[in-house]
Amino acid sequence: MPQTIKDTPLARVVRGKMPVQYLYTAGVAGERFFQTLKTKGVFMATTCRECRITYLPPRVYCERCFADLSETWSQVPSTGRVYTYTVVHQDQDGQPVDPPQIVAFVRMDGTDGGLIGRLVKTLLPEVHLDMPVEAVLCPPRQRRGTLDDITGFAPRQKSAPSRQKR
Amino acid sequence: MAHPPKRSPAAQGTAPPYQALRGRPLSDAEFRTGVVTTPWTPTLEYAWDAGEAISRFLDGLQQGKILGVRCRRCGRIVTPPRAFCELDFKPMDEWVELASTGTVNTFSICYVTWDMKPLRRPQLPAVIEIDGTNPRGGFLHLVGGVPGRTVEEIRRRLRVGMRVQAVWKPAAQREGAITDIRYFAPVAAGRSR
Amino acid sequence: MSLIKRKPTRRVAVIGAGLSLFMRRALETGKELSYYAASQALETSGVRLKDIGAVVMATAPDAFDGVHMKGEWLLDGAGATRKPYLRAYVGGGSGVFSIISGWMMVASGLFDLVLVVAEEKMSSCQPHPQGAFLTIFDQIIERPLGPNLLWIFSLEQHRYMATYGIRNDDIARVSVKNKHNALAHPAAQVATEITVKDVLASEVVAWPVHRLMVSPVSDGAAAIVLASEKVASRYTDKPVWVQGVGWCLDTSYWGNRDLAYPRYVEKAAKMAYEMAGITEPRKQIHVAEPYDPFAYKELHHLEGLQLADKGKAPEDLAHGRFDRTGELPSCPSGGLMGVGNPIAAAGLMKVCELFWQLRGEAGARQVPGSPERGVAQAWGDLMQVGTVAVLGVE
Repeated sequence: MPQTIKDTPLARVVRGKMPVQYLYTAGVAGERFFQTLKTKGVFMATTCRECRITYLPPRVYCERCFADLSETWSQVPSTGRVYTYTVVHQDQDGQPVDPPQIVAFVRMDGTDGGLIGRLVKTLLPEVHLDMPVEAVLCPPRQRRGTLDDITGFAPRQKSAPSRQKR
Repeated sequence: MAHPPKRSPAAQGTAPPYQALRGRPLSDAEFRTGVVTTPWTPTLEYAWDAGEAISRFLDGLQQGKILGVRCRRCGRIVTPPRAFCELDFKPMDEWVELASTGTVNTFSICYVTWDMKPLRRPQLPAVIEIDGTNPRGGFLHLVGGVPGRTVEEIRRRLRVGMRVQAVWKPAAQREGAITDIRYFAPVAAGRSR
Repeated sequence: MSLIKRKPTRRVAVIGAGLSLFMRRALETGKELSYYAASQALETSGVRLKDIGAVVMATAPDAFDGVHMKGEWLLDGAGATRKPYLRAYVGGGSGVFSIISGWMMVASGLFDLVLVVAEEKMSSCQPHPQGAFLTIFDQIIERPLGPNLLWIFSLEQHRYMATYGIRNDDIARVSVKNKHNALAHPAAQVATEITVKDVLASEVVAWPVHRLMVSPVSDGAAAIVLASEKVASRYTDKPVWVQGVGWCLDTSYWGNRDLAYPRYVEKAAKMAYEMAGITEPRKQIHVAEPYDPFAYKELHHLEGLQLADKGKAPEDLAHGRFDRTGELPSCPSGGLMGVGNPIAAAGLMKVCELFWQLRGEAGARQVPGSPERGVAQAWGDLMQVGTVAVLGVE
């Protein structure tokens, strides 16, 4: 092609956006999970008895054997253990996060799943893998039925017996 | 929707898979406030390189010209320009200055915006075959200078096959964009081609 | 001139099919919709998930559901956890491209049982999925004009009408036929009795397109199970064979194409017909499911499929040739115009329809006369792809 562009400032660039926004439903399983979290402050899960998997977040199907799990709901504890964690120093735009946030993936007791959340009411030197924690929820009036209803995960009180949160 | 859908009760159990189909439809109100939803607006901003061929095409538009390219092997002269002939899979051989006139290949009379809101005045998108191309072809643009609001009024003055002429922005306002051509307007009857 | 090198010898059959409801907006996530369709296809064919060797998923732009890497995200709902998985993607053509891809996986000898799932959840995209559709227009030389997706269809429809002298009444008849046919379809979202007058009285959105000529925004899923010949006989004595597949893409420079005729559908059809040994499609095809996202497209595609002369499909339609009880029933399902248009799922829904029609199981939608061979076709991408599958009882 004659006149190849050799001088890059001559190459034109056109700017634009994609004008989309999203409104995601939680789904049949998610709807029940979040409504229960909001109104009762507890976690619900579903269980495949064949495969012996308890799903949290819950699903209406077993991903291994495709069994329908719509009738297998049960409440599970709000306690769990830190499976892994990281310390976040910069946000997604590269701005400093001060103080740094500890984000963990918490394996929830009695399930084969877990939730991601901030570790709260704790200092970094205390944090370790397998650390027992419990979910801290917003006050009932402030819950909206979203993941933000979980403020974070705090170290579990060792002396107090494991108790169902209201 | 203008008409309510009907689900024939008989259809529910008498057609395969002979099991009721699953799904929980929501009304618009339920969708927005009745169920748990999570809103999210992604930041999707782009800076697209125009590339070699379209950069030059845009230069041409800024100069008030419509450019095309020719492949000597298949003999085509095409616009919008491209760096290589997609049929022979070789670089295009030369730039060609085309006319600013052409023919309406097809047009539409559009009364809604992309998010389905009504427009005060209809837009007239069209595919314009640019004179000088071979085979005749061209690109999407708008037709303008056609008075009228209703389909009947516009169709009286605009037809497939009609001759049109590019109406350019004044040189000082051109920036090297497809919008440097404001629109294509019907050439008055009687003017020579 | 032959379009294929050699017809594969290993035969592949459809042995099961499933659907979710097609809805304007579903509570279900895309995963749950996929599960409904996939589990139904498995249950009705008697195949267990663990016997499925591989999964093919068709789902159109990530931007509709609003989930990046959507194919990967959906896979557990499509039964593909820890299995070989392939996402087949050609925009709106994906629904039929999915069975083509699945067919390849079985015909190659790699797998005996393949699950094919197609899904779309367009309701997530706000304020209207068109925001995502707008990217169909070239970002540099088209989007600055402020386009509307409807333009592509209205421009094409007008060229088709102007080239052959077709009137809008002729095109409106497709809406009437398909919305009526869909009354007997359990998944139908927009089935209803209307007349040509109703269609032409509906709002002109982008002339010549009226509102009742446009298929709806939909959420939904469809699925089928494909089996090799040896395995098929274990599950059913009425397998429906994939006799031919074809696909073809044309240039994205649509101002350089003839908009009155989809030559890429013709090429895809000829490839599928060659494989299927069809030399007289109008005699040898007994039921057709061409893609009908807009009313005129069914006619456009029937011509590309060689089932009507160029410019003559509207006449044939007016004479009843394409009615369910006509010579060549077209869209007996009700099509996208009647059942709904969850983009990728719509094409596979048409394949499901052929499956039931050819087994005499379509209930109130059954076309008379024991059809033995049918063709399903989908279209889309940058308005340039034709995907075709021929199914038959032998």
